[in-house]
Amino acid sequence: MSEITAEQVAHLANLARIALTEEEIAHLTTELGQIMQAVEKVGEVATPDVPPTSHPIPMQNVFRDDVVGDDVLTAEQAVAGAPEADGSRFVVSAILGEEQ
Amino acid sequence: MARAALMDFDKALELFEPVIGLEVHVELNTMTKMFSSAPNPANSAFHVAEPNTLITPVCLGLPGSLPVVNGEAVRSSISLGLALGCEIAPSSRFARKNYFYPDLAKNYQISQYDEPIAFDGEVEVELENGRVFQVPIERAHMEEDAGKLTHVGGSTGRIQGAEYSLVDYNRAGVPLVEIVTRPIFGAEADAPALARAYVSTIRDIAISLGISEARMERGNLRCDANVSLRPRGQEKLGTRTETKNVNSFRSIERAVRYEIQRQAAILADGGSITQETRHWHEDTGTTSAGRPKSDADDYRYFPEPDLLPVVPSPELIEELRAALPEPPAARRRRLKGEWGFTDLDFQGVVNSDLLVEVTQTVAAGATPAAARKWWTGELARIANAQNVDAASLATPEHVAELAQLVDSGTLTDRLARQVLEGVIAGEGSPQQVVDARGLAVVSDDGALIAAIDEALASQPDVLAKIRDGKVQAAGAVIGAVMKAMQGKADAARVRELVLERATTD
Repeated sequence: MSEITAEQVAHLANLARIALTEEEIAHLTTELGQIMQAVEKVGEVATPDVPPTSHPIPMQNVFRDDVVGDDVLTAEQAVAGAPEADGSRFVVSAILGEEQ
Repeated sequence: MARAALMDFDKALELFEPVIGLEVHVELNTMTKMFSSAPNPANSAFHVAEPNTLITPVCLGLPGSLPVVNGEAVRSSISLGLALGCEIAPSSRFARKNYFYPDLAKNYQISQYDEPIAFDGEVEVELENGRVFQVPIERAHMEEDAGKLTHVGGSTGRIQGAEYSLVDYNRAGVPLVEIVTRPIFGAEADAPALARAYVSTIRDIAISLGISEARMERGNLRCDANVSLRPRGQEKLGTRTETKNVNSFRSIERAVRYEIQRQAAILADGGSITQETRHWHEDTGTTSAGRPKSDADDYRYFPEPDLLPVVPSPELIEELRAALPEPPAARRRRLKGEWGFTDLDFQGVVNSDLLVEVTQTVAAGATPAAARKWWTGELARIANAQNVDAASLATPEHVAELAQLVDSGTLTDRLARQVLEGVIAGEGSPQQVVDARGLAVVSDDGALIAAIDEALASQPDVLAKIRDGKVQAAGAVIGAVMKAMQGKADAARVRELVLERATTD
């Protein structure tokens, strides 16, 4: 059974850009460990003859026609919920050198 | 930024073997995006748009919105995979690539990971020097493009020194196919040229399939170049760098060459290469270090729960395979043979991007030589002077008609150039311009003979010389006649008639 370590929690927090205190890391390590244990119960019924699946319902090839829809937003609508915008674009704090 | 030490290119090749790998992103030109019904800016119909006007709630990852796969994008991806000689996966699925950067609002990119739609291909690439390579393709997978950030503040507009960034999500969700090669060995000194020719071949394939506008300057086609060096005789691959932001065919060649020279200097000096992303700078012709590969590259891929597997039927795959156009390299070889061009003449057509126009002009009835001459000569010259594409000046049908008017003797080359001016100015077809401007060659021998007799009579000394057998003296009379006919005569016919009149009188 896999254990969640404090290092893993700190690493995930770093990836997600969430600042955590040592106390929070310890707390989340315990909580995430419990969640993992709960999820791993699935392993008890998944015998080797059950193939792993990413989709529980046997459906495939659900496609959309290549036609512009009627749900296209205006720029005003697009930025309406943004904490900050310049009228048509979202304003975010500059993030250095981390383009993907 | 300190300038990196570079080793002489030939010297670097003596000491090291370059190994390259190329990742090319092709933006598909479907009407809508990969997973949303928003208009696709990579389709020329929506190329010009105000920020954040080509988006739906799906593009923003708004709560409650769900992606649905664009069927046409899947067909395009399969066609591209087949054209790259790939196997098409009987079943493939999408995956989430998780990262936190505001170019995508969802905090993940929908891509494909362990089950790409196409894999194990091979592309034939011919270099300008005639060498032919089979470039091995590892995979081609479907994904979505990211939005565009504009960094504000600081002096350069680049990331460093920016105070905040403005985000436009129009490009977020544009359908992409990422094509990844296996490591390419054996190119040696041709490695930079091969990188360029490979991307150019991918562009030709995409255009012939009609699945992408494939314009590098618009970002429809983007290339990341991986370069590593290994000392001669060493089996193990060297550490590679990945150069991004290479936005023209010329830059690809330069960037690969630069990395070979830069890495060689470091290795020869006893240093080691840092595995990192590097950015190409068009202005200085150099690369600079970007983000080091680190645990920030932990993308925690997992199967995309919102999308179902793509399982193309064998019938669909065979239908798309049957519809594939001739591969660009084979097509070029065929055309070159059919047209009987020299290497130089054919390369001239290819390098001026006029292969399509010349092909269509030949199809419209012109001889290959005439089609080549008009497109790469007069039309390319005018296009260059006006800074437009030659293809925008005249249609292949008009050029073919013009060539036929010359062949039939209705026009001389000089008159044909005037007719072409009229065609470019929008005065109609070549025949219409000939009629409207009265430019046809005077083929009425009677009118020519009258002008010749007059010219001979006014130059009795010339007449005497011709009668003495000094045929070259006829030039003066021919010139006078051509002038009298305002250029609208066939000089060869005039010469024939001058000699006839001078000697039979």
